[in-house]
Amino acid sequence: MSEEREKIIRVENVTKEYAVSASRSLIACDNISLPFFRGQTLGIVGESGCGKSTLMRLLLGVERPTSGKIIFRGQNICDLKGEALRRHRQRIQMVFQDPSEAFHPKMKIKEILCEPLLNFRLIRKSEMKAKAAELLTMVELSPDLAERYPHALSGGQRQRIGIARALALEPEVLICDESTSALDVSVQKKIVELLCRLQREKDLTIGFICHDIALVHSCAHTLAVMYLGSVVELLPCGDIEETARHPYTKALLSAVFDLEMDFTKEIDSIESEAPSPLNRPDGCPFRNRCPRQKEICGREKPPLRSVAPDHFAACHLLF
Amino acid sequence: MLEIKKITVRYGENPPVLEDFSLLVRRGEIVAIVGESGSGKTTVIRAVLGNLPGDGRVTKGDILFEGRSLLSLNREEWRRLRGTQISMIFQDSGAMMNPTRSVGAQFVEYIRAHSGLTKNEAREKSLEMLSSVRLPDPERVMKSYPFELSGGMRQRVGIAMALAFRPKLLLADEPTSALDVTTQAQIVRQMTLQKKESDAAMILITHNLALAAYMSDHIIVLKDGKVVDSGSRDHILRRPESGYTKNLLAAVPAVKGARYV
Ligand SMILES: Nc1ncnc2c1ncn2[C@@H]1O[C@H](COP(=O)(O)OP(=O)(O)OP(=O)(O)O)[C@@H](O)[C@H]1O
Ligand SMILES: Nc1ncnc2c1ncn2[C@@H]1O[C@H](COP(=O)(O)OP(=O)(O)OP(=O)(O)O)[C@@H](O)[C@H]1O
Ligand code: SF4
Ligand SMILES: [Mg+2]
Ligand SMILES: [Mg+2]
Repeated sequence: MSEEREKIIRVENVTKEYAVSASRSLIACDNISLPFFRGQTLGIVGESGCGKSTLMRLLLGVERPTSGKIIFRGQNICDLKGEALRRHRQRIQMVFQDPSEAFHPKMKIKEILCEPLLNFRLIRKSEMKAKAAELLTMVELSPDLAERYPHALSGGQRQRIGIARALALEPEVLICDESTSALDVSVQKKIVELLCRLQREKDLTIGFICHDIALVHSCAHTLAVMYLGSVVELLPCGDIEETARHPYTKALLSAVFDLEMDFTKEIDSIESEAPSPLNRPDGCPFRNRCPRQKEICGREKPPLRSVAPDHFAACHLLF
Repeated sequence: MLEIKKITVRYGENPPVLEDFSLLVRRGEIVAIVGESGSGKTTVIRAVLGNLPGDGRVTKGDILFEGRSLLSLNREEWRRLRGTQISMIFQDSGAMMNPTRSVGAQFVEYIRAHSGLTKNEAREKSLEMLSSVRLPDPERVMKSYPFELSGGMRQRVGIAMALAFRPKLLLADEPTSALDVTTQAQIVRQMTLQKKESDAAMILITHNLALAAYMSDHIIVLKDGKVVDSGSRDHILRRPESGYTKNLLAAVPAVKGARYV
């Protein structure tokens, strides 16, 4: 399947380091390679602090990788400057966890929605009202909301406004970084359905970062599991409970709270701590918490290798 | 421990956002509040904590903590209560931190403001709390500025602060929504342990129904400022009364569940 689909973005061996003092640096992303297929959703899950948001900032071009390439439509976006970078940012848009932080409280919804279009001179001021109504309808909101201020909306409504604003520029790629975390499950479900519909209609490519692995599973085509700056497993999002191979992915799946669970049993969780990205262990990044580590795990970092069609995992056990 | 008696809360002259709301939390008990965005969950715990935003106020009813009304406390009495007896974990602790000062400086200051500890003792205590919420490398976290930490790391700092004085009553607003599932499971264990050790009570706001069911003794479902369901885990999960609760239950995604793509 992956052979035929166009790779709209190729992340190739991307590393991002931050200097934390004159002598020490922190590796937030460590030699990451990932494809984004056109018109599909790549779900990304992983330990908090494992570098998901950092990777997305690199895709948006707001930060540059320390090494590696990000190829978008044949061009390495890490080299872009000035006008070319500005045009790139028009093509990849982001929806945040709480978009209201990005909204100016004194601006009306119609101004918030149309601001990027006005900035890029894609519409005139006189067209604002009609455009706002069109965008609101697209995200299944009443056009009447155009005249309101952001504080007068509920969390779910604000999140839809965030999506509408991000889609106003007709980007090819939409990045959602924990965009549904603050919403209750019924609103979450509607937002995810909305994203899937917009994806079908506009052939939109989506990067969906979310801690709720069940929610990601419901809307992503491919799942990338990250741990301490590395992608440790990349798999088709079908029957993940059955197909997941990496010990960390399995640990994630067993820590999910779920309505069918046994409420009297203690929840499974890996007990030891994640290592600091400043003090990364040699060998496998998951080593100190892995129940199945072997001698080789301390010596060599396992590369991401194919374990089945379209399925990759980085673990010595599997080879 | 805490008794909320039929309170009504309004912001300015707007219609009430919470009406005739009652709740009882006993020592060592966890009560969960679930419900849609905007239904008034945060308003409940802000009312308990005496800091409703803007022109919010309790217009009817009373809130009793260990038999004493919280509505009549003065500032000094609040200062002594908050942090040590009652403390709060916010949805986004990161946003509550001062962006221009290191996490450590803020943590030490917080501890000293609520205790007679020296600077060094407060530092030790901070490090101990940061390790207890499983933050790797607490020393680095102390030296970092909030923007240098990921969202989940900042949240754990907030949880560490709230737990520092083993409060009798913990008010937690979506404490783990920004955390990955393994960290969430660890923090949940930590909070349950803390509850057992110090017999603390807790109000937990979450949109994760399974989490609410796992952690709490009693679940309240809120919609538009009114309680639509209230009862034990079994009651809410197996025999919900309102259609709204049924809808919520049906919308919970499951790893084995439906997919849209
Ligand atoms: N500007 C920065 N300076 C220094 N370190 C940073 C900076 N931004 C991020 N980091 C570090 O990089 C690592 C990855 O952070 P990132 O925000 O990408 O994590 P994340 O996977 O998005 O986590 P979360 O799920 O908690 O949001 C963390 O250890 C963080 O402290
Ligand atoms: N400062 C304020 N002024 C006016 N209205 C407010 C204010 N703060 C909250 N409200 C309103 O009160 C209602 C309840 O808000 P609250 O924050 O308690 O909801 P919530 O259940 O916590 O929602 P969420 O899940 O989105 O956090 C909402 O309709 C909101 O618009
Ligand atoms: S490589 Fe070794 S330590 Fe790493 S996940 Fe596999 S078995 Fe565990
Ligand atoms: Mg993040
Ligand atoms: Mg709230």
